[in-house]
Amino acid sequence: MHSAIDHLLADGPPQLLPARELMAFTLASHILLVPFGVALPAITLLMHYRGLRKGDAVALLLARRWSAVMAVQFAIGIVTGTVLSFEFGLLWPGMMGRWGDVFGLGFGVEAWAFFLEAILIAIYLYGWRRLNPWTHFWLGLPLPLTALLGAFGIVAANAWMNTPRGFTLDRSGNPVNVNVRQAVFTPMFGPEYWHFVVGVILTAGYVVAGVYAVGLLRGRRDRYHRLGFTVPFSVAAILTPVQFMLGDSIARSIFHQQPVKFAAAEIVWKTGTHVPEYMFGRLHPDGTISGGIKIPQLDSILAGFSPDTKVTGLTSVPASDRPTATQATIVHWAFDIMVTIGSLLVLLALWYGWCWLRRRDLPRSRWFLRCAALAGAACLVTVECGWITTEVGRQPWIVYQNMRVSEAVTGTRASSLWAMFGLVVVVYALVFGSFLAVLLKMSRRWRLADEGALAGTTAEDLEGDTPYGPRPLSAAGGRDRGDE
Amino acid sequence: MIEDVVAWVLLAAVAAYACAGGTDYGAGFWDLVAGGAERGKRPRWLIDHAMEPVWETNNVWLIFVLVITWTGFPVLFQTIFSAMWLPLALAAVGLVLRGAGFALRKPTRRLARRRVYGAAFAVSSLLTPFFLGAAVGGLATGRVAPGTKASADAWSNGTSVITGLLTVAATAFLGAVFLTADARRFEAADLVGYFRLRAWCSLGVLAVLAVVGLAVTHNDAPYVYDGLTSGVSLALVLVAVVSALATAGLLYRTATGWARITAVGSVALVVVAWGLAQRPYLIPTSLTVSQAAGASTTLRWLMLVTVVAVVLVGPPLVLLYRLDTRGVLQPLTEADLRNTAPGREPENP
Repeated sequence: MHSAIDHLLADGPPQLLPARELMAFTLASHILLVPFGVALPAITLLMHYRGLRKGDAVALLLARRWSAVMAVQFAIGIVTGTVLSFEFGLLWPGMMGRWGDVFGLGFGVEAWAFFLEAILIAIYLYGWRRLNPWTHFWLGLPLPLTALLGAFGIVAANAWMNTPRGFTLDRSGNPVNVNVRQAVFTPMFGPEYWHFVVGVILTAGYVVAGVYAVGLLRGRRDRYHRLGFTVPFSVAAILTPVQFMLGDSIARSIFHQQPVKFAAAEIVWKTGTHVPEYMFGRLHPDGTISGGIKIPQLDSILAGFSPDTKVTGLTSVPASDRPTATQATIVHWAFDIMVTIGSLLVLLALWYGWCWLRRRDLPRSRWFLRCAALAGAACLVTVECGWITTEVGRQPWIVYQNMRVSEAVTGTRASSLWAMFGLVVVVYALVFGSFLAVLLKMSRRWRLADEGALAGTTAEDLEGDTPYGPRPLSAAGGRDRGDE
Repeated sequence: MIEDVVAWVLLAAVAAYACAGGTDYGAGFWDLVAGGAERGKRPRWLIDHAMEPVWETNNVWLIFVLVITWTGFPVLFQTIFSAMWLPLALAAVGLVLRGAGFALRKPTRRLARRRVYGAAFAVSSLLTPFFLGAAVGGLATGRVAPGTKASADAWSNGTSVITGLLTVAATAFLGAVFLTADARRFEAADLVGYFRLRAWCSLGVLAVLAVVGLAVTHNDAPYVYDGLTSGVSLALVLVAVVSALATAGLLYRTATGWARITAVGSVALVVVAWGLAQRPYLIPTSLTVSQAAGASTTLRWLMLVTVVAVVLVGPPLVLLYRLDTRGVLQPLTEADLRNTAPGREPENP
């Protein structure tokens, strides 16, 4: 890490490092909520549908509780996302000033999609009590579509930064002749989009299922926990092999479209054929590699299905136009961790699929539940790793081969940026800490209430039990007003 | 030509954020000054329930303003965020604290924690609009031009401070008017009078600030001052004043539905008047709309996306506000989240 810092200090203006750290920190925090913003509504709707269709009170209870969680999570996601829009201007005004009109349209689509999502989610979250059950469900149903549309906008913008298209440069280096369609549908867009969408859905699925896996492990083997586990886990398990294929395909797209990034991810120093694959290991500035497991020929085979495939190395471009050795090592580790976890998840999904096909039941082993409980956290790690691979692998460019990060950075003094970084870290630590604490409190409260219900002590609050239909006004008013 | 259309859309989005977001900031302001836990219990209860279903939607207007700015007028975006660095950075932090505070207060039971979250929400509801207003005021003075580096002078001058205060007062006014209406809707008779009084007070403060503002901006922001005191802008400002006075009268007769419309009208008209007064500049007097405009292909696409989106978003938005004002949208209560239904018995007891 130190050599990276020295390198940055030597190369860019002093405010570059704090600007990057601030962007990295806020984005790394926000991205943890993204899977739930995109996919939790879909999973909840699935459970909701099951509840309505089969008259299943347990499924409806799960859907209602997930809604309550969504209400808090969506709010935190909105505010941390708004910060990112501010940071485009606060940290990278140079990029927006020159390229805003070339690639900004994706954000326009995203903003409107997000608007629609915010409206529909408000109706969904607050519609449980008074709306007709099926009307409520149908009003919520477009939510996954709006989420996919929003993701379209964001991923289009990111893909453009990786493979910028749809403009020509005039003499002074400014973009002219903007072609919007080319700028939105860049070569990396397709692979990135599907990899992202499937990735976030399966992450949300594994995380939600993980919560109930813990409950099952603790001996709460009731229908509530089984259902809460099975539905999201099945969604995730079906998508896991799909994601494996998509991941393989995006790696090959990077090989073709961003060969230097591919070289960083696979720590390939010199261009050549019969390139070996390194599992982990560390690249040194002189091109040597220490540690790691070397598998001869494999990198060439993975990239082009033949050991004769020529793989471009980092040294094919000048040192100033490629990631440093440390950055390459970071990308490589992120990539390898992602692939390793992905492969393990495929095994887990196969285990589950096998037992389900044979016995229509979960695997009996406690080890299955232990792995399933960890799968959610592991998925969040892969989300971070995937993002690190994309973004660090693009260095030193902010707009690949067109603008350096150091050219885009704000002119604000480094000291102000460091101060802001400190403030943001404190605020985010408090916000995310409280968010987790509130979620745990909610879950604990529900569990205690459930245990109380089992023991037969449900004296209070029964009038609010049916969420639908008009309720006695006096009771509603009295409780609502007195409860705070 | 197309850039003028985009500029109008941008102005409309700013006006929408001022009204929708402003109402929520105002609710936060009244949360802040509602007094101790016991005294402020009922106003806070109302604020919670009134804001809950709509505040996230209202916040999206801001994102929309940012996106139109950087896609339609990249140079404007670059200039504002370079020159107004500190107030905008603080506004961003304020937005986080506000949203998180509000969202986390709701499911929390312990009083001490609720206080902390509530304080984060309420204080940042005051600071965020102030900083946003100060940035806008600074732009109007012409202290900022493309290439201006960040400096305290750009946003801590007289015009900035008065604009910031005006923004806070306007949000308080909107918030109080809407909460009066909400108090009627939730059948909380005591709160109707409570918030009506506050609406009148904030209108009085607004009037005083506006007079001070005229004196301050006369020399400090001459271009916008001249624009606002002549022609169409002046007419709009006068209509806004009449509209604000009408709000006060309508509140007296507790015609809260109409009062909401006139209150929104007065704030929106002032924003539009300010936009007109700046013509043809985005930043007086250094950056015009056509100088700042991005590629015309993009602008046309941006408008296309906007038209499609208005068609898609409009009906749900109307539905949301209608459902909300009719009291159909209610949060899940603790009882809804409990399981007393069958199906919870262990399979192997």
